[in-house]
Amino acid sequence: MAPSFENLPEDDDYDEEELDFGDLQDQYEVRMEEGLDAFVVVDGLPKVREDAHQKLVKFLLRKLNTVGKTGEDLIFMPINEETGMTDGYAFVEYETPEQAVAATKALHGTSLDKRHAIAVNKLTDIERYGREGRIDDEYTAPEIEPFTERDHLRWWLGDPEARDQFVMYRNENVGVYWNEKEDPPAPVVDRQHWTESFVQWSPLGTYLTSMHAQGVQLWGGPSWSRQKRFAHPGANLVDFSPNEKYITTWSHRPLQVDEGHPILTAEEDGKNYIIWDIATQKPLRSFVTLDQAGPTQDADGNAIKKKLQWPAFKWSSDDKYVARMTQGQSISVYELPKMNLLDKTSIKIEGVMDFEWAPALPQRDSIKTYEQLFCYWTPELGSNPAKVGLMSIPSKEVVRTRNLFNVSDAKLHWQSQAAYVCVKVDRHSKSKKSNATNLEIFRVREKGVPVEVVDSLKDTVINFAWEPSGDRFVLITAGEIPAGAAVPPKTSVSFFCPEKAKGNAVGNFKHIRTIDKKNNNAIHWSPKGRFVVVATVLSQQSFDLDFYDFDFEGEKEDKDKDLTANLQLMATADHYGVTDIDWDPTGRYVATSASMWKHRMENGYHLYDFKGTLLREEPVEQFKQWAWRPRPPTLLTKEEQKKIRKNLREYSKIFDEQDLARKNTANKAIIEQRRRLLDEWHAWRARVEAELYEEREELGLPPLSKEEEIAEAEIDEENDQVVEEIVEEILEESEEVVS
Amino acid sequence: MRPILLSGHERALTQVKYSKDGDIIFSVAKDHVVCAWYSVNGERLGTYHGHQGALWTLDVDPTTTLLATGGADNTMRLWEVKTGRLLKTWDFGSSIKRVEFSEDGTQLLGVTEKRMGHLSTIVVYDIKLDVEAEQASEHSLRIVCDEAKATVAGFSYLSKFIISGHEDGSVTQWDAKTGERLKETFPHDADMQITDLQWSPDRTYFITACKDKTAKLVTAKDLKVLKTYVADTPLNSAAITPVKDYVILGGGQAAMDVTTTSARQGKFEARFYHKIFEEEIGRVRGHFGPLNYVAVSPQGTGYCSGGEDGYVRVHHFDKPYFDFKFEVERENDNI
Repeated sequence: MAPSFENLPEDDDYDEEELDFGDLQDQYEVRMEEGLDAFVVVDGLPKVREDAHQKLVKFLLRKLNTVGKTGEDLIFMPINEETGMTDGYAFVEYETPEQAVAATKALHGTSLDKRHAIAVNKLTDIERYGREGRIDDEYTAPEIEPFTERDHLRWWLGDPEARDQFVMYRNENVGVYWNEKEDPPAPVVDRQHWTESFVQWSPLGTYLTSMHAQGVQLWGGPSWSRQKRFAHPGANLVDFSPNEKYITTWSHRPLQVDEGHPILTAEEDGKNYIIWDIATQKPLRSFVTLDQAGPTQDADGNAIKKKLQWPAFKWSSDDKYVARMTQGQSISVYELPKMNLLDKTSIKIEGVMDFEWAPALPQRDSIKTYEQLFCYWTPELGSNPAKVGLMSIPSKEVVRTRNLFNVSDAKLHWQSQAAYVCVKVDRHSKSKKSNATNLEIFRVREKGVPVEVVDSLKDTVINFAWEPSGDRFVLITAGEIPAGAAVPPKTSVSFFCPEKAKGNAVGNFKHIRTIDKKNNNAIHWSPKGRFVVVATVLSQQSFDLDFYDFDFEGEKEDKDKDLTANLQLMATADHYGVTDIDWDPTGRYVATSASMWKHRMENGYHLYDFKGTLLREEPVEQFKQWAWRPRPPTLLTKEEQKKIRKNLREYSKIFDEQDLARKNTANKAIIEQRRRLLDEWHAWRARVEAELYEEREELGLPPLSKEEEIAEAEIDEENDQVVEEIVEEILEESEEVVS
Repeated sequence: MRPILLSGHERALTQVKYSKDGDIIFSVAKDHVVCAWYSVNGERLGTYHGHQGALWTLDVDPTTTLLATGGADNTMRLWEVKTGRLLKTWDFGSSIKRVEFSEDGTQLLGVTEKRMGHLSTIVVYDIKLDVEAEQASEHSLRIVCDEAKATVAGFSYLSKFIISGHEDGSVTQWDAKTGERLKETFPHDADMQITDLQWSPDRTYFITACKDKTAKLVTAKDLKVLKTYVADTPLNSAAITPVKDYVILGGGQAAMDVTTTSARQGKFEARFYHKIFEEEIGRVRGHFGPLNYVAVSPQGTGYCSGGEDGYVRVHHFDKPYFDFKFEVERENDNI
């Protein structure tokens, strides 16, 4: 029966007064403040007599109208009846709430004249924070939270076997594992949907970064609990300062900060970058993305997609400075932790194309004061030659420049200890038809920063890499691309090292060897130097990995006897579809991986030792990312390290024993397991066979010979069948015509 | 192990079978023809013509007198092996996906496809092992699988049970006399089709191959999963080898699932696992399409595989195959 008025229960009497509509009233109450959004309160005005009132309003209007629109009759400046003077404040109504916000942003704290600075606040804010009862009249000291034990953030370094950790992102899962060499990695933690796009370690390995629509989170400690969070909605990329003090987040969309956001303020509204203090999780300063110089449209009128420079904010090695370049104009250096612009101005460098901080504290000859260095280059401007310069911060002094000609492009490569900076200069001939590359190596630590030029290489250098903490380098050159060819050009790999020199000096850089007709495009040095993997990644045709040793302990060739290297190819491996190569932080293992972000063929990883021996290969479905957990620098002194190196033989003996013992127990466990399986199987078979035998007997059928016996009987009768085959073959055919 | 390539079919192979003595290989493909081959040298013995559609399945009785086939022309047919004479045709409303003789050859089952208005069924016929005898036209048993479509089925030891595998990954045990459902288990991932079910020589346990990339060894009596073999590709077939304790799995990325499949990527290999230890011991490459069926000779001296590429590859095992033993097996033998 459908409900209607007739069948409504009549005795449903209630008193409307008794009902509590409190919740509904709360929900639907008209918010009066909303209409007041366009009002601001101006404080700190001079107190004037009534006759000067008009003058002050007019004066104030000039200032207020710079950010929005308001009028004389929209300013209410009350006059105190007792004193007959104004009270030093005014209410101002703007046309829109947006203008009111702009006014608070632009005018708050600005000075009116020498003695008066005005405070501009939104009326609603004053209502919200300043209303009676909101602020206690009496001061109460903030409560200091009792100390609670936190997770030890570097717990993983205390592993008794000194294993390294890595993170693997596959499918929807992010897992952290211990590297177990050839055995399956031991899981530490595994979580589904831990990140929404990728994961990243902080540079010292303390935190694991996960990306979310709401922002960035850092995880760590043995419990893998959330350590920090940075609410930058829609953050796409993050970058840490080298000592993990600060973090930069960037999103391609400008931020939209709603009022009442717990952390972000109107200050961050419309910005793309935020630099945060990691310890306090507070934003330090925010920036918008700079449009890059150059035309925005190509010849056909299509928009040119500019590659984002990442990281745009580059950190000095000690986290003291962060700098950003405005291409072609200037470099802005900010001082941490206040994030103020150094000397309040950007450093004007006309035409600047790129810059790079020294990755370590530079130790220039006879310079005792603190300094940081960065290297930059500018292209040819009119009749001025191209320039490479080294600038010292905070003095902003250019300590070295070098002029260059016919430059089409340059790349700056610092050596990890800031002992050298190599400027790879791509030069074109006068006719701009052919290209060549020069290497200009600045010896930063030597007196006067001498520059050594490594003889011009005919082909273009596509990759260059310094030995970490060393003075040798590897580069890859590519030949001219034949027009219309589908295959990438063959590449050559060249190795360089300094000559032997007297004393502690480093000799001139000399070419060791070039290996031609390769396809390689990637150079990956061991983080400890000496070993290097030269590989071909992201290629369709070849996937080779070459493992080189720069200090081979065998016989040295005569022609190399003046060199500080003895180069030897140790091993060559092949990993189908390899996209990424990653050395573990101790330089013992190399992980190569094929990520589904790049292609979907045979995703998974290989693990090699530094010699190029394949330890483990595992195909992983939907494999996305592999990253070793970085280690902070060692706490041992130079002497202690030296001692360890000296007694390496003794240590290695212990390690060998450990390895052997481990292997033996593992083997034993496997054998035990197999033995058990075999026994179980035979027992089960015996039972089943007996049952079957009985059942067959009941049915009056002959017993079935045992599984093994049928076959064995057959094999024994090898003489049972001889298949004779006669194959006829026509060797020759000839036709004779008989007339 | 040098394979013999049998290239007599024009389209993808669907099933291959050895005769009980292991001397003849029968093969069916989507090209409507049944072929018989000498297993020893790969010479074609003959063909059986008559089917009007793609063939899905065949079986030969233990005495190698009768051959049963089924296919997409909605018929199940019985042939005389020796002459190629068509003895009997049974007509159905939908195609026949699987036929199998019982252990003694006196019963024949067929699995019919679920199609508009036709349910998936398992039908059983009594068979007279005589080429001159009139075969029964009426089925002796009909089981309707109304929950999930049956894809494969077979008779257990002493024809006690009929075991069927289904498209939803389930395995069901039926009473072979009454057709009563006795047990049902879900050894495989839900909604992953079981693609093959092959018996151990004494039919007390069987192996299932599944699209969920695993094969499982299951007992016939209580449907207990004994072993699991994990592969990295969807499986189409799995076989248990006599003599040696191995299983052979075959499969590969289905051609319709990938647009450009290189032979390397498709994983078109026959994989050998140790039956008891569940460890992979080797792979045999060669096909350039997924393997649709693998069959082992009842003597355990060789195996053959039929691929989507239209070839049958026959392999005779070498001495190292028989000599290979795990350490534990060897010490077990010496006791």
